[in-house]
Amino acid sequence: MSTLATAAKHIRRSPYQAMAATTTMFVTFLLAGIFFLSAVASAFILQYFESKPQITVFFADKATREDADALAKTLESTGKTSSTKYVSKEDALVIYREQNKSDPLLLEMVTADILPASLEISAKEPKYLADLVPIIKAANGVEEVIYQKDVVDALIAWTNAIRLVGGVLTGLLAFNSILTIMTVVSMKIALKREEIDVLRLVGASRWYIRLPFILEGGLYGIGGALLSWVIITLLVLWARPVLLGFLGMIPPFGSILLSPAATPFILSSLGFLGGLLVTGFFLGSVGSLIALGRYLKF
Amino acid sequence: MIRFDHVSKCFSGHTDALSEITVEIQDGEFVFLIGPSGAGKTTFLRLLIRDILSTGGKIFVDDWNLNTLPAGKVHLLRRFVGTVFQDFKLLTDRTVFENVALGLEILGKGDKEIKDRVLDVLELVGLAGKQQFFPLQLSAGEMQRTGIARAIVGGPKILLADEPTGNLDPETAWEILSILQEVNKMGTTVVMATHNASIVNDLKKRTIALDHGILVSDEKSGRYRAAAKHQKKP
Repeated sequence: MSTLATAAKHIRRSPYQAMAATTTMFVTFLLAGIFFLSAVASAFILQYFESKPQITVFFADKATREDADALAKTLESTGKTSSTKYVSKEDALVIYREQNKSDPLLLEMVTADILPASLEISAKEPKYLADLVPIIKAANGVEEVIYQKDVVDALIAWTNAIRLVGGVLTGLLAFNSILTIMTVVSMKIALKREEIDVLRLVGASRWYIRLPFILEGGLYGIGGALLSWVIITLLVLWARPVLLGFLGMIPPFGSILLSPAATPFILSSLGFLGGLLVTGFFLGSVGSLIALGRYLKF
Repeated sequence: MIRFDHVSKCFSGHTDALSEITVEIQDGEFVFLIGPSGAGKTTFLRLLIRDILSTGGKIFVDDWNLNTLPAGKVHLLRRFVGTVFQDFKLLTDRTVFENVALGLEILGKGDKEIKDRVLDVLELVGLAGKQQFFPLQLSAGEMQRTGIARAIVGGPKILLADEPTGNLDPETAWEILSILQEVNKMGTTVVMATHNASIVNDLKKRTIALDHGILVSDEKSGRYRAAAKHQKKP
């Protein structure tokens, strides 16, 4: 009998223990999966906001292009900016017209003269924003400074919170899963003590005896991971229209959520499944190995 | 070849189960290991499959020094030395075929080879046609035949039999003996621990007698009384 067949037989002959182990794994992976996807999503959202100009400096009408260039040069010399872009009054008018093209009333009275020139600045990291703002405020011709520090800070706080809560909860559930698998496999070892003794006496190697138990734990993990993947995928499909409206402008979400039948969604989903299965097998096997270490010493 | 060189075995808190045993068994021999209960016969056999370790002396089986054999290689020794037990040690949830096949599955043999070999061995031990029976559907003699089939199916060079006829009626005991003799004729060394005087006396094989862990006689064509006369009176 192959190792896999032996492991399958072990599972078949004690269905309630198998259900307990698989259900525990399922709950672990369901929550871990949801937290993982939330953490990935928040990281992408953060990255998106970080990539946008985080500081917009509006210049007074009297300010010249040279004032803007001097400020840009000063900021770049700090080494804390990733990009600076000058938007002239004429450029601002083009942007304004583009944004309001569907409302002719708003376009009628507006000329380039009444729009301010501006400088769009991106910091290498959000934490540099606080250092850059005083330099900007002290520069010539600056009328107003708008920056997204609060938005980015809030996002960082949320991302960290999701990672922390998710990490702790996932860790606790993973620990609980390993304990459950360990208990189930220990019971199996006790029940099969006679068979194990016979196998040893007829010359079975230690791995011939151990492998079905390790595989059994791994199969519980795979079962739980597979179930959780099905539920999470159904949840994502159900929430797709809402998510698309909310996060559609952020590049990876837009392409992934656009169509469940398209390659990006299928590849992401399969990648997620692969990760869950590998982790499930690993967790289950670790539980089995601990049980074997404790109860099968030879 | 089996060689015991001044072998002793002391279980903690008890007297010596074996004391300074020196004996050699050549390839292809059929040897009876006799003696009263507590003489050390089972200890002798358990030492040979490294189920326990000796506390003194050296044991050699073929090229293996059992005192220094790493734990990770003990299974190789047990494939070389087949064992038949008085209580059969069959797996009750497996059929006769599956019990016997166990000896080949652990060697990683293919299904076809396992099937052919198991059916051959079952024929040899007189269990042809009973391969789908479960142990509880068999008589004691048939269970012991299954145990022998499992022990020899992998082709061991040595076969140890610990009181294989202990639970059997005389007629069945003789049937089991004839199977063991058949296995011996095929070149396998057989070491059989027994209480059965008539078998020992009738077969006139080499007889090693133990009493209270001491080797009391080693005769080329021994008789059961050779050991009996050394037994202490209660």
